[in-house]
Amino acid sequence: MTTLLNVKDLRAYYGQVQALHGLSFSLNEGSLTTLLGANGAGKTTTLRAICNMVRSTGAIEFDGKPLNNRSTESIVRFGIAHVPQGRGTFTTMTVEENLQLGAITRKDSAGIVSDIERMYAHFPVLKQRHTQQAGTLSGGEQQMLAVARALMLRPRLMLLDEPSFGLAPLVVRDLFGILGKINREDKVSILVVEQNAQLALELADQAYVIETGRIVMSGNAKDIANNEEIRKSYLGY
Amino acid sequence: MELFTNQVLAGIATGAIYACMALAVVMIYQAIDHLNFAQGEMAMFSTFISWQLMQWGVSYWAAFLITLAFSFVAGIAIERILFKPLAKAPILTNVAGFIALFAIINSSAGLIWDFTIKQYPTPFGSAPFLGSQLISTHQAGMVGVTVLLLLGLYFFFQYTRIGLAMRAAASVPESARLVGINTSWMIALGWGMATAIGSIAGMLIAPVVFLEPNMMGGVLIYGFAAAVLGGLTSPFGAVVGGFLVGIFENLAGTYIPGVGNELKLPIALALIISVLVVKPAGLFGRHIVKRV
Repeated sequence: MTTLLNVKDLRAYYGQVQALHGLSFSLNEGSLTTLLGANGAGKTTTLRAICNMVRSTGAIEFDGKPLNNRSTESIVRFGIAHVPQGRGTFTTMTVEENLQLGAITRKDSAGIVSDIERMYAHFPVLKQRHTQQAGTLSGGEQQMLAVARALMLRPRLMLLDEPSFGLAPLVVRDLFGILGKINREDKVSILVVEQNAQLALELADQAYVIETGRIVMSGNAKDIANNEEIRKSYLGY
Repeated sequence: MELFTNQVLAGIATGAIYACMALAVVMIYQAIDHLNFAQGEMAMFSTFISWQLMQWGVSYWAAFLITLAFSFVAGIAIERILFKPLAKAPILTNVAGFIALFAIINSSAGLIWDFTIKQYPTPFGSAPFLGSQLISTHQAGMVGVTVLLLLGLYFFFQYTRIGLAMRAAASVPESARLVGINTSWMIALGWGMATAIGSIAGMLIAPVVFLEPNMMGGVLIYGFAAAVLGGLTSPFGAVVGGFLVGIFENLAGTYIPGVGNELKLPIALALIISVLVVKPAGLFGRHIVKRV
């Protein structure tokens, strides 16, 4: 298996405050990896550092190419789609415009049209509402839209920041089912940050546990889920 | 009745200019959340450029197009040099920047072309429009050019990818970057377009108010009034506001006793204050529906 994303000794700062203290991990092509940890552990910061949205040092390599010191918008062009916390919906625009924006860096207009149809097949509710202002969608629908928007890039790697946040348990099950399908069928590698460790471990093949800006545990998702000691001390269930 | 129709039509004609200025103001406001106090001076300077070109023997429409291109580039340059470094600065720093820009452009124009009033040609002539005494061909031309411009802009923002990207960058900059939009250049592009739109307003109004460095002072205040009335977050509102303010200005001047030319500016300011007190979002200010 080839390594798609390799992060070495990542340190990130908000002003004077250091949020990540030399964090290293890697993600294999085609895998679905999850970063777990409590509030404030540095999960979101890790994703933001990959897209250069926070000041950081250390090495971040994507497919062998360094991402450091590139602007957020140029990192997207490598095929990295980031679904931020809070979903980042363009609330004043229509659902369809949101999808078109996901593909704004692509040049193949025929491919974009067929991909929009593909998204409507994945998420039928989006088709029903395609002319509606995206801000009027429910939280779950907006999360679907955010995932669909990210897929419109035809990404090689998708970064998801707490996709379960604020959603009803049934909706979360639904969403995670779709993520698994996307990972298997569309061969999109996924790095998902979650507080809902139980669910994330069911979905993922690889897992890392972060505590106060460091990786404290890594391994096969099943092994971690089955290790009672880890579960109790780090994941709280 | 004829007086009323006449005043409404004349109001629509000047309203077209206010609509352009309001639109320019709103475009920059959407991009950087600040009101460009120097918008009028930028338009005035552009108008002088076109006048200078015509003095050198360039034909009207060639000068018009060259001036548009010049204004577009100049707007981008102003953003890159002056306002990009101020992007994260406090509001007052930006205000100081706008006032500086105002003073610099105003005095440079005075220095280069002096402060005497100059005649400015109109390509439409000033005969009665279609034989009617109500409106002149130049006034009709002002409305016509504005409507064409508005249709063009509507098409641009609604149906082109770059227009979509510009709207996205203005509404949620962080998400725009995450889909790969270079938001910084979208802001610069907004400045270029706003400056070009302002220059159209300047060139259209110059035959009416005559060309001199302070020609846009009153026009800009009416432009602000139009933008506030329509809602600073709504380009469509800015345009409607422009026409409404133009009509309102003329009717107030005609029918309210004591309001002559001298009181026209205070009326615009009174309108701004009334809107801010009664309906701060303006007529078409956006009510964003948000669900968490």
